[in-house]
Order: sequence, then structure tokens, then C-alpha cells
Amino acid sequence: MVTGLRSAVMAVSAAAWSSAEEGARVVEETSPQGSGRFELRSVSVAYGPETVIEDVTMNIPPQAVTALIGPSGCGKSTLLRCLNRMNDELGNVRVSGTIALDGQDIMARGVDPVDLRMRVGQVFQRPNPFPMSIYDNVAYGPRTQGIRRRDELDAIVEDSLRRAALWDEVKGSLKKHAFDLSGGQQQRLCIARALATHPEVLLMDEPASALDPISTQQIEDTVAELKRSVTIVIVTHNMQQAARISDQTAFMLRERLDMPARLIEVGETRKVFTNPDDPRTEAYITGRFG
Amino acid sequence: MRLSRRQRARIFEAVARALLGTAAALVVGVAGFLLLYIAFRGIPGLSWEFLTDVPRNRGREGGIFPALVGTLYVVFGTGVLTVPLGILGGVYLSEYAPRSPSTRFIRLAVANMAGVPSIVYGLFGLAAFVLAAGIGRSVLAASLTLTCMTLPVVITATEEALRQIPADLRHAALALGASRLRTVWTVVLPAAAPGIVTGIVLGLARAAGETAPILFTGAVFQMRRLPDGPGSQFMALPYHIYTQVTSVPNWNRDLVWGTAFILVATVSAASALAAVWRSFKRRRTAW
Ligand SMILES: Nc1ncnc2c1ncn2[C@@H]1O[C@H](COP(=O)(O)OP(=O)(O)OP(=O)(O)O)[C@@H](O)[C@H]1O
Ligand SMILES: [Mg+2]
Repeated sequence: MVTGLRSAVMAVSAAAWSSAEEGARVVEETSPQGSGRFELRSVSVAYGPETVIEDVTMNIPPQAVTALIGPSGCGKSTLLRCLNRMNDELGNVRVSGTIALDGQDIMARGVDPVDLRMRVGQVFQRPNPFPMSIYDNVAYGPRTQGIRRRDELDAIVEDSLRRAALWDEVKGSLKKHAFDLSGGQQQRLCIARALATHPEVLLMDEPASALDPISTQQIEDTVAELKRSVTIVIVTHNMQQAARISDQTAFMLRERLDMPARLIEVGETRKVFTNPDDPRTEAYITGRFG
Repeated sequence: MRLSRRQRARIFEAVARALLGTAAALVVGVAGFLLLYIAFRGIPGLSWEFLTDVPRNRGREGGIFPALVGTLYVVFGTGVLTVPLGILGGVYLSEYAPRSPSTRFIRLAVANMAGVPSIVYGLFGLAAFVLAAGIGRSVLAASLTLTCMTLPVVITATEEALRQIPADLRHAALALGASRLRTVWTVVLPAAAPGIVTGIVLGLARAAGETAPILFTGAVFQMRRLPDGPGSQFMALPYHIYTQVTSVPNWNRDLVWGTAFILVATVSAASALAAVWRSFKRRRTAW
């Protein structure tokens, strides 16, 4: 099936396809075990009658950071929400094409979005802790899964906070209300909360855009550490950030407002930033538009 | 003399400030005067006997204990019915209802219910609960009638409070694999609790103070004992004031103003308690 799709896709967007392959291959050599790998084939998304993303085909390699870049409104968040089927919650969204996680079609009938979302966590643009204690925030996902045993929850909470690099700052005050943390701490709490269900993939939609430089740095360090165990897809408007933290970069662009966005180029970050195949990528990266 | 743009803007600003300040002072002044006046007239009638004794000599002497208890009963009954129904209705409208003409119709109906005069509720309660349902004039019939009146307030307040909660917060719970119900129950409702409680207190305060809805549905002029259950008739503070002034010659000014003071004080205490709880609960919000 993949081969059939491949030839169909190659005809439409040969350039994007070949660079997707290239990016994936480069990263896979460094982390061979493949869990948390996404394959998108001809993915299109429409809000009501308006198609906003058309024909996106790319691979998201496991245990690596993939950055989604592109001007505002080009559908980065929309594409991200396809990966955990959060678009389902918006009501008027139609997604077509195929999206496979570790070889399994996530849009198939039998797939429960609840199971998918345990495997694909999400961190939002603005820190959005629940109005409850630090502990209860992190334990929310596991409790939703039915874990009730105190010692088990304690272990998950500690482990998740450690992975999000927040443990040392809050270990003495887990009962404290989450709103009493700083913005940067709240965002790391949200990362810990997403990690608590042991997802294979973490989706991050501009996770540092509402934060100060030091908090941003901490988030970036966390991402660098996390990618050893989790696949990360991050949306960012900050080119330096994309260049610093990602292994693969995908550039999306809506060339005209009445046209859907397309994937212009995807490939190894170093290549995309130093020697992009497409002149539009270069123009965007060097700040000539967007 | 020609004024520059800047000078004109400054004058406009000063005039606007003065007008707004006057309006605010007027509102505060009237409310303050009202409360002070009620306190001034009401406090002389207060005594331990007034609070704990039954009315004597048709209410000219003795106390208001049965009316105080009756009002608490009816408000409690109204609360038990209104709070769960109102919250469920508000949750439905905000979280579940499809964006359709029928939903818009429901919302319109709820808004209109809030505008129906209270005497009409009284009449409806008499027809529906007292007579048709055969409940008779009682605490229950009055509570049901007051529930009809209070429900739209609580539904609307709940819906509004839920709408204030950013979509991101819901999405965070859904993205963790929570169902819609779990999301609403564990995240959205607790976050909206301050607004919902405000609505509940406002609605119940109005229920406590209304005379018309209980007029035909269970309130009586005088009782020497307390209501002994939901089927019993009852005395109530607002109705007590009404009957004293309209049907007792030489009514005791001190005792009636005292009754008004107790009514206002009880309702204000509830509002104040809710305000304290809210400020205790409202932290630096993250959104
Ligand atoms: N719920 C929605 N209903 C209808 N249209 C939507 C919805 N969400 C997004 N869109 C439209 O889809 C397009 C892509 O939006 P999206 O939020 O994915 O862009 P983005 O790349 O994330 O932008 P930004 O960088 O500003 O966050 C935009 O034209 C937007 O107007
Ligand atoms: Mg976005």
C-alpha cells in the first residue's frame, strides 16, 4: 500500500517527498529503535468548506525533534492537532489522507482517540495548568487511565517531574497550587503532566513563545534531554530555536490566502537552514517574508 | 480663545471622569443609605426574644422565629432543587448543546424565564404544584415555585462562568485522554466554581426575599409551631412583613423593621460569605 501511495505522491510533490525520506534516514541512523514514528501521506485538512492544508507527506522520525516552521496561519497548529486527533474536538474539521503511528493508521475506525492521546501527548502555547495542586496536575493523566494506588502515582509524579526538569524546584511543595508557580515552571509542569502517561510522542505548539529567555532556555534543555526517549514535534516561530533544537525541519507555506498551505520542504535541519532546496524556504528562514 | 486638540481632549477627559464619578457615587450612596436606614430602623426591634419567640398578639409582640425558620426551609428546598438542575442545565448549554436553532431557542426561553414577573410564578405554582399536582400549599410547593423562578438565574450564571474558561484548559484534559464528562467534571467546573457560586447566591437571595411566589403556594399569616416537613405550611420573613403592614392595625414599627433588617442581614451575610470564599479561592489565574 505504501508503495502505491508513494508513486501517487511522488507525482504531486516529488521534492517534498524526497527530502522527507532524506531527513528521516539521517536521523534514523542515530536512533534505530523505532517507536513513536509518524508517517503522513497526502494529508489534507479542511475547516468546513475551506481547505487549509493540502497534501502533506512527510515522516516524523522517532526519538528526534522535528520542527514545524512557517508564517502565521499556515496550518502548523492544525497539522499538529492531526497527530493526536485533537481536531476531532473542534467539530467542523475534516482530515483526509493517512497518518500512521508506528505503522498503525490512527484515523482508522477502530482507533479510540483516548488511547491515541495517551501515546501522543501535547503541550500548548500558553501554560495551562489545571486549577489544582502540582501533584494532582501531573497525576491527572494516570488517574484518567484508572491508576489509583498512591505509591504508583507518587512514583509517576516524581519521574515525570524529573524528566521535565522541575522536580528539584517543587519536590518540597507538591501540594502547592499550580497557579502559584512562575510561567516557566507552569510550562514545565504541563510538560510533566503530558509525560505522565508515558507518551511515545510529544507535540509542542510554540511552548516557549509566552516565556522569558531563561525559561525558554530551560524548556529547550528539557526538549534536548527528552528526545532520547520521546519523539518530539515542535512548532516554533523562532528560527534560531528551530535550528538549535531540531533534527528535522518542515517548512509549510500558504502562498496565497485563498489557497491551502503546502509542505514546501522537509529535511535535516542543518541542510534546511544552510542549503535549502527551495528558494521560498531560504526566503522565509532569512526573514524576507512571513 | 481657541483650544488645541490636546487641551480639548484634557477637558473631555475631566468631564467624563466627573460624570462617571458622580454616577458611581450616586449608586453607592443610594445603596449605602438604604442599608443604613434599614439598620437604623430595624436594630431597635432586635432582641433575643424577637429571634427565638413565636409571634404574639397578631405579630405586634413576640418574635419571628417561625418565619425565620420557614424562610430557611424554603430557601434550602429551593437550593436543593435549583443547584443540581441549574448546573446541569448550564453545563449542557455551554459544553454539550449543538450550535443549532433549537439550542438558541432554549437559551432564549431561559433568558425570558428570568424576566417573568414573580407574581406570575406564584400563579403558575398555585395551578401546577398546589392544585394540578395535588401537593397542596406547603414548603414543597413553594420551593418548587421558587425553583422555577431561580433556575434561569443559575443556568445563565453557570453557562456564563463556563464560557469564561479558556478552550486550552479543556483541550489539555482531552489531550490527556479524558472524556468530555471527566473534563467538565474535574477541570472546567472547578475552574468555573466562583462564577457559579455567585449565581447561586444571587438566585437564592432573590428567592429568600420574594413574597409573590409563596403567596398562594404555602405561606401563612401566623403559625405558632415550626413547619414539620415538606408538606407543612410555613411562615416566611417577606410574607410576614407584607401581612403585618397590610392586615394588622397598629402594626409594631420596630418589629416589622426588625424583620426587614434580619432578612437583609441574612442575605448580605450569604453574599459576603460567598465573596470571602471566592477571594480565598481565586488565585493568580493562569489565563
Ligand atoms: N477552529 C477553526 N475553525 C476554522 N478555521 C480555523 C480553525 N483553526 C484554524 N483555522 C484556520 O486554519 C488556518 C491555519 O490555522 P493554524 O492555527 O493551524 O495556523 P498556525 O500555522 O498554527 O498559525 P500561528 O503561527 O499563528 O499559530 C488559518 O487560516 C486559520 O484561520
Ligand atoms: Mg498555531
